[in-house]
Amino acid sequence: MINSSSDNVKKLNSINRRMFITGSFKFFIMVGIVSRLFFLQVKENKKYLTLSDKNRIREWKLAPVRGEFQDYFGNVIAGNFEAYQLHVIPEQVEDFRYVIFRLKDLLELSDKEFKKILKKKREIKPWETLIVSDNLSWQKFSKINNHLYDLNGVKPVISISRNYPYSENFTHLIGYVSQANQKDIENLDSIKKNFVPGLKVGKVGLEKSFEEKLIGSNDIERYEVNAYGRRISQLEFQKGKKGETLRLTIDTEVQKLTSNLLKDKAGSICVMDIYTGAIIAMNSSPSFDPNLFVFGISNDDWQLIRNDPLKPLVNKTLQGNYSPGSTIKPIVALSALENGIINTNFTVKCTGKTEMYGQTYHCWKKKGHGFVSLRNAMKQSCDTYFYEISRKLGVDKLSETAKKFGLGEKVFGNLFEIEKKGLVPNTQWKKNALGQGWLLGETMITGIGQGYIQTTPIQLCLMTAQIANGGHKIYPQIVVGQQIENQSIEKFSPLYKNSKNIKIVQDAMFGSTNEVMGTSYKSRIDNPKYQFAGKTGTAQVKKITERERELDLKTFQIPYEQRDHALYVAFGPYKNPRYALSILIEHGGNGSTTAAPMAKELFKLIIDRHSIRESIDSKKYLEI
Amino acid sequence: MYQHTRLSNNNFGILQKFKNFDYTLLFCILLLGFISLTTIYSTDGGEVLFHTKSHFTKLVVFTLMMLIISFINIKFWFSLGYLSYLAVIGLLVWTYLFGITSSGSQRWINLYFINLQPSELMKIFIILCLAKYFHRMKLENVNSIYTILTSLIIIMLPMGLVIVQPDLGTALLIAVSGIAVLWFAGINHKYFIYTMLGFVISLPFIIAFLKPYQKLRVLTFLNPDRDPLGAGYQIIQSKIAVGSGGIFGKGFLKGTQSYLEFLPEKHTDFIFTLFSEEFGFVGSTILLLIYAIIIYRIVAIGASCRSYFAKIFCYSFSAAIFVFITINMSMVLGLLPIVGSPLPIMSYGGSSMLATMIGFGIVMSARVHNQQLIA
Repeated sequence: MINSSSDNVKKLNSINRRMFITGSFKFFIMVGIVSRLFFLQVKENKKYLTLSDKNRIREWKLAPVRGEFQDYFGNVIAGNFEAYQLHVIPEQVEDFRYVIFRLKDLLELSDKEFKKILKKKREIKPWETLIVSDNLSWQKFSKINNHLYDLNGVKPVISISRNYPYSENFTHLIGYVSQANQKDIENLDSIKKNFVPGLKVGKVGLEKSFEEKLIGSNDIERYEVNAYGRRISQLEFQKGKKGETLRLTIDTEVQKLTSNLLKDKAGSICVMDIYTGAIIAMNSSPSFDPNLFVFGISNDDWQLIRNDPLKPLVNKTLQGNYSPGSTIKPIVALSALENGIINTNFTVKCTGKTEMYGQTYHCWKKKGHGFVSLRNAMKQSCDTYFYEISRKLGVDKLSETAKKFGLGEKVFGNLFEIEKKGLVPNTQWKKNALGQGWLLGETMITGIGQGYIQTTPIQLCLMTAQIANGGHKIYPQIVVGQQIENQSIEKFSPLYKNSKNIKIVQDAMFGSTNEVMGTSYKSRIDNPKYQFAGKTGTAQVKKITERERELDLKTFQIPYEQRDHALYVAFGPYKNPRYALSILIEHGGNGSTTAAPMAKELFKLIIDRHSIRESIDSKKYLEI
Repeated sequence: MYQHTRLSNNNFGILQKFKNFDYTLLFCILLLGFISLTTIYSTDGGEVLFHTKSHFTKLVVFTLMMLIISFINIKFWFSLGYLSYLAVIGLLVWTYLFGITSSGSQRWINLYFINLQPSELMKIFIILCLAKYFHRMKLENVNSIYTILTSLIIIMLPMGLVIVQPDLGTALLIAVSGIAVLWFAGINHKYFIYTMLGFVISLPFIIAFLKPYQKLRVLTFLNPDRDPLGAGYQIIQSKIAVGSGGIFGKGFLKGTQSYLEFLPEKHTDFIFTLFSEEFGFVGSTILLLIYAIIIYRIVAIGASCRSYFAKIFCYSFSAAIFVFITINMSMVLGLLPIVGSPLPIMSYGGSSMLATMIGFGIVMSARVHNQQLIA
């Protein structure tokens, strides 16, 4: 008993000692757990709260409403319309197969379209929206609405989409929108920021240039979602901002006329205000309907546009590098006058051709013009005269003047990605680019706008405008209130040494249009209100062989690709000039017969519209 | 004298039993039961659904059972020591042969009214068995090779049966229960130290023998971000839930992590995460305090018992339950790898609750009959 009790005491001592050790352990572990809780819940609380919100809150961005384009008079030329769409949330449909086949019948979907929809359905989660159709006609839309009782889970939706009411009239200027691709997103932050699947962004033209202003900002819906991404409840709705509406300097009436004039031809027309630089019209032909691109162009339509031999996808006004032909002559004459090479009395005898180092240089008139002064040479576009003065002037001085008047550089700066610079050659350029010395003969053909020299129609228009306004620097403007960058030189700074020389050139251009023997005499308007002055141009696209020269074929006898480009530059009204224009018809043959008559029609309209334009301006001033 | 008169009186009066009853412990257990019920209610999304109903039923039934156990003399439970152990071993064998397989392991047997997980019961009955084994042993015999081997076999046998299910987590917890008894029985502390050292040294070899999913758990524990949507998902989401709870929590039924189903196994192993998210640091600390009181009361009861068996059972049970609690919490707080151990009483799951309540019942019986000597 004593033994056992002493053993008991020992056992009790042992167990109690061990209990004490265990107790201490427990205490420290408890403290450890509490401090871990403290660390997570108090110290790191913010971090985990953010993580938890990131888990549960998901944002849904809706496509922003795009800003519109208006013409100078406030007509919408690129606007938004309500597109009728059909959405289905597969999960909410009891019998998806039935509904989708019913829709196929009602919408008369082709098998190909139908397969596409089924493929799309497989790619999305069952609670995501399946867009069955993104642009339904009203008839089909109402048909669906009548059958809704039968189409459980189908939602007719009205969504906002781009619309170009004047279809092909403004395509080259405004461009078009289409679904944003990876490149668009990478290139522009504002697209990245506002991106939602199906977002339409500008692909070319002003739609692309002013993307940042036009895009607006998204409506944002914040939803609480569960671990599987299903929306549980809406927490917030944040209204987005519509994109800026841009008012252009364009006159839709004039623009429409240019479209009519260019119908079935390849070419370009631009019209510019010679003081403000405002573009009144700018058109390139052929064009295409930009509405085709909004919901993705069908392959057939695309092939039709792409394979058109007249190249509708090329914006000839900005991208077309053409030999200016005789339309360069005002600049050659001006350069010669400015550099004191000639005066008004300087005459040259034209025999129809001239020889230089064994090469023959022809005047367009085989028989020759006889003795011609500057004014007559301009009037009749005598090539021999200009061979002679450019030979005396030299290409370097000529290029200097040409560049001053805006040739050889982009008219709109960086506004249009596609705009070409053209080329104003000089001796230095040839050495650098071709590694060869400049030849005198090349100077001579540069003087009649052939050879290396290349210009875009918009450059010719600017050049003419700057001659018309008395030789002052202007900057073209296309969006009201939006200055184009790189306009460092002061506006209206004189581009001449002697203003008399500008007058001489203007007068010579007047003669060319309004006097007998003038190359565009047939297209003249006698009424001083509309009277204009201009210069024709006929640019060869290939060297004319001696044989062809003898044959002296009519335009329609030559294959289309080998026909000359027809050009015309003009300004008016002559008495008090306000507008300048340039016309180019690809392979149109002769400038005086093809291009100049268009100017006649244009000036009538432009000058009639002038007072309306003025009234808009004065109204604006009154408002201010 | 007083003791002597009490000693002779083996038949405790019912009044005496009520007098001896530990009401603090009972209150804490009931409070815990209530908290667990509301938390399960929250996992059901604030509706009385299957889990809530089932949990409530189990709570009521098992609490009543605990009370009944506590009024039965501790001597009876002592006498059941080996038998109950053998019965559970039988159940484990039965499980091995005819058990229900779910998510890749065969842990349950179908008893029609309940799917029983015998391995959970073993966590308690191994204590009962070993406590009986050491009850009569003299201190000098405790460290004999024979004793140590026998007790190791008693521990290894159920462990082996559980490991083959496979359920390494529960097997380790059974070992913890057994080792707790060995510790309190007075096995030389050197053995514990050597075993610990041996374990640490052999750890790399053990890892080599682990199943791929177990290895993954260890790796995930070491760096949860290595596969945030796969293996690391549970631990990351659990930490986010706890951390976002803050000081006062998101409020009852407002735990977004669990409500929006970011939390896996929220009503079983991760119940503490949900509680902690909704009630914050303050709530969690209070819950820990309740557990601490329960553990303290069990130790105190052990200290008040005259019989060595009751003492060793209470101490070991308190140690085991402490380990269960801390392992579960450390797991959900990202301090330990995910081993799959429920939080006693709080977690949904009948077997675990049954085992815990039996344990509590025996402890209370020890309290009620604390003057009982066992020959």
